[in-house]
Amino acid sequence: MMQIPCPFCGARNESEFSFGGPVKPPRPEPEAVSDADWTAWLTQVPNPLGPVQEQWWHVRGCGTWLTIWRDTRSHDIVEGPGDGN
Amino acid sequence: METKRLDRGGRIDRSRPLTFTFNGKGYSGYEGDTLASALLANDVRLTARSFKYHRPRGIVGAGVEEPSTLVELMNADASGNQPATTVTLSEGLVAKSVNCWPSPGFDIGAVNQLAARFIPAGFYYKTFKWPNWHLYEPAIRKAAGLSAAPSEPPAAGQFEARYGHCDLLIAGSGPSGLMAALTSARAGLRVIIADEGCEAGGALLSRKLTIGGAPAMDWVAEVVAELVAMPNVTHLQNATVWGYREHNYLMVTERSPDNPSLLERTWRVRACHVITATGAIERGLVFGNNDRPGVMLASAVQTYVNRYGVVPGKRPVIFTNNNSAYAVAADLVAAGITIVAIIDSRDSVPEEARALVPGVEVMAGKVVTEARGGRRLRGVVVAGKTGGSARRLSCDLLTITGGWNPTVHLWSQSRSSLRYDETLSTFLPDTPAQAVSAVGAADGALALQQALRSGAEAVARLTDTELPEIPHAPDLPYAIEPIWRVETARGKSFLDLQNDVTVDDVHLALREGYSNVEHVKRYTTGGMGIDQGKTGNINIIGTVALAQGVTIDAVGTTTFRAPYTPVSFGAIGGLREETVALPYRHTPITDWNLAQGAFMYESGARWRRPGYFPKGGEGLQEATNRECRAVRFGVGVYDGSPLGTFELKGRDVGRFLDYLYSNVMSSLKPGNGRYGLMLSDDGLIIDDGVCFRLDDHRWIVSTSTGHADAINGHMEEMLQTRFPEWNVFITAVTSQWNNATICGPKAREVMEALGTDIDLSPDAFPFMSLRDGTVAGLPVRLVRVSFTGELSYEVNVAPRHMRDLWAKVMEAGQPFGILPVGSEASHVLRVEKGFLSLGHEVDGTVDAYDLGMGWSMSKKKPDYLGKRAVHIRRETGGVRRELVGVISKSDRQIPEGAPLTPGGRKEKTEGFVTACVWSVVHDRWVGLALLEGGHSRHGETAHVRLKGGEVIPVRVTVPCHYDHDGEKLRS
Repeated sequence: MMQIPCPFCGARNESEFSFGGPVKPPRPEPEAVSDADWTAWLTQVPNPLGPVQEQWWHVRGCGTWLTIWRDTRSHDIVEGPGDGN
Repeated sequence: METKRLDRGGRIDRSRPLTFTFNGKGYSGYEGDTLASALLANDVRLTARSFKYHRPRGIVGAGVEEPSTLVELMNADASGNQPATTVTLSEGLVAKSVNCWPSPGFDIGAVNQLAARFIPAGFYYKTFKWPNWHLYEPAIRKAAGLSAAPSEPPAAGQFEARYGHCDLLIAGSGPSGLMAALTSARAGLRVIIADEGCEAGGALLSRKLTIGGAPAMDWVAEVVAELVAMPNVTHLQNATVWGYREHNYLMVTERSPDNPSLLERTWRVRACHVITATGAIERGLVFGNNDRPGVMLASAVQTYVNRYGVVPGKRPVIFTNNNSAYAVAADLVAAGITIVAIIDSRDSVPEEARALVPGVEVMAGKVVTEARGGRRLRGVVVAGKTGGSARRLSCDLLTITGGWNPTVHLWSQSRSSLRYDETLSTFLPDTPAQAVSAVGAADGALALQQALRSGAEAVARLTDTELPEIPHAPDLPYAIEPIWRVETARGKSFLDLQNDVTVDDVHLALREGYSNVEHVKRYTTGGMGIDQGKTGNINIIGTVALAQGVTIDAVGTTTFRAPYTPVSFGAIGGLREETVALPYRHTPITDWNLAQGAFMYESGARWRRPGYFPKGGEGLQEATNRECRAVRFGVGVYDGSPLGTFELKGRDVGRFLDYLYSNVMSSLKPGNGRYGLMLSDDGLIIDDGVCFRLDDHRWIVSTSTGHADAINGHMEEMLQTRFPEWNVFITAVTSQWNNATICGPKAREVMEALGTDIDLSPDAFPFMSLRDGTVAGLPVRLVRVSFTGELSYEVNVAPRHMRDLWAKVMEAGQPFGILPVGSEASHVLRVEKGFLSLGHEVDGTVDAYDLGMGWSMSKKKPDYLGKRAVHIRRETGGVRRELVGVISKSDRQIPEGAPLTPGGRKEKTEGFVTACVWSVVHDRWVGLALLEGGHSRHGETAHVRLKGGEVIPVRVTVPCHYDHDGEKLRS
């Protein structure tokens, strides 16, 4: 079980969180992009073998949606919330 | 019966004899014995039959490595497939062998031996594949099998789970583990040390060594005494660290916790650092008939003699390729046993090894080509490594050692890498992938002094402290020349005794193209099973390397996976209440419902709700009809508390809701509400519900019961990740409000009888509005919503008032014939009205237009969740399945999900029935369906085609079967 750094609660067990999926690029203005671009944004989810930015919801904790970088090969959390700032 | 017990010595208590039963026969042993040591003491040599060939087998090992003798424990200890070497002997223990019938001595399955040459690896899968394997599987499983699971859970005691947190978790309390524990505990670290044995000491329990000039076990006792006295140390024995997960999370199962009401306790330990002091496991040697009862690992022989005072044989031959056999030989000599000879495959034997056993014949450069005997060993054939003249030796015990493999299982589970070490001829820990160090024999430090030093060094590095003084601990240096298999062997040479995998099987796998070691494992099953090939895996790798002419390194190991040793399901599950994994949710009137004889079940999101309230001998349908009639023609009441309820506050709630819902919510006036659909970005309808505005900046969102938790997450995700700057606060208030929903033509009369300060006239308090006030003297939030199609008042109160409210409603409603209504009737009433249910009519393929709710897809709002996706999908055209009502033209209920086909013919379906109920207003079966082009087919006849070809014609209608214009619900 992973240990996920919550910016408010500190390192907590994965079982307190709900997985929110990889972070996609920012949502485009729906009417400003082509159908193809919109569909691509909708359906293409980052899936790298290596570090991926992803969201977790601290549902059994403080309720925060947070973002980490996790290496999909090792589960290493290579960057926690706010580390990049 | 000849007893094989020494007069003195060992760690058994001769003053405490124990009786036990094995395969129906009574024996005795002592406190401190294992089942295996007690069997050997009683000269029981034939203890098992092998998995596939039913060959006679005996005890091979002395611990978790045991491949051969698996037993089933009976009665209170009921459990299957336990290695006899790990079963602690207790008074009255009853055990039997697992793979023979009726007994290992007379085993009917032994006939397989005659056909052995016809059943190589893969035989079953190749032969029994027509028409399919599953036809043959049960019979084969029975013949080649392990024991069945106990039919009952343990009668007494419970399993427990707990978390552990520490600076340092040490796996293993052998010399290196204890040294690491002592050093780290003295440095003030919070330490957990866990060991699979029932006593601390590891290999020292089996060996006669000294530490600091005194018996090594004295040192162990001193260290353990110091450790247990320290508040920063948790010392667990009989506790296996069996899983090493990501982020230094380890699983430890304690088999006899000090609390007598517990059977086992599983610790989930998060450790800052881990030290694997897991020791080493001896591997066997591979020659002809190397599975005969009486062929035993040298370390096991040493353990039986030194620890249990048991003589496993009076005329032993020792077969070795390394030094450790000589220490074993010395202990045998010390116990008064005469060694026939030591066969050493090395051409030159180190002098310090020979010096331990002066006078014992050492046959250097020779190998055992074959073991002789059937149910017990009679002798061995010795020859040169490449053949030459053979010599027979008579013996009753063949003590073998093929060298030592560091127990790298936990290390490897952590994804840390291994390297092949030529000097030690085995795989050693290389680069750690997590915060872990390997010490002692687990790191290749096979001699005692080295092991002690490595334990202390690891901690010194970790804590950046000076290395403490290491006590003097003399031991024979380890040296080995590997021999993966005897090439001149005669007879079956087993690599994996538990799965009956021979050298020939591995060669067959290689010939058939399974050249990767992982494929060899799966094809031959070598390395699988209870023991996971602890004694044989490296020999398999060596055999592959020899056959392929490559190095051991190039072959590599198979993946080490948890668990290291078998773990009972109970230990993984932990403490469980009743029969459900997650507790049920109840509303305050569960007791009332039960007292009324309600048939309760779960109806989404783990809520226990009344399905219906049968009276007398009523069944489901009669009770449901009665409840429906009450609502349609009189009055009924149901408990709507489980509906998800959220309060949203803040300046930006209006635009936030406009983003979440497909229709406009921000235009609502305080006190008013609106029904709406929530979509996800990809256009799926994820919920439907009503939204009320309380005042400028306070809103109530209600969701379907089953989706409340998901919608909570969805709203928080949208708010926190897309609009973090918006002023919105979301509070889940589902359990802050309960309600009694009074519905039916007489609902207003019941409300008046209850007494309220709210003007109930339809003009003052119309449909889809909300008022705060009092009802029956209780503070309420009264809402006019309707899920039944009737005039309805949802009377919301704080949970502390719910029972009181309910009692008053039943009392005030009694003159009007009020009835409690369960989920079944609610379902009927909503189907009659054509109201949606997510999971029935809304299945992820339909959109609002298909449901006839295109009005809800706002054209005015430039953007909201799902808008673009739905429009793109609709622009692609194609026939869509649309929601319609169906009225059965037969007197038969249509099963939910039944397909509609053109003309009822056996053709591609054009839709399906989503629900079908008995309508008390129409006195017939009515339903809803998703039908291709359904909106333009009202009035037509469609056809349900059931399995078996039965066709039910249905009339296609609008979805709403009752009060189409909504006069009743607005009344």
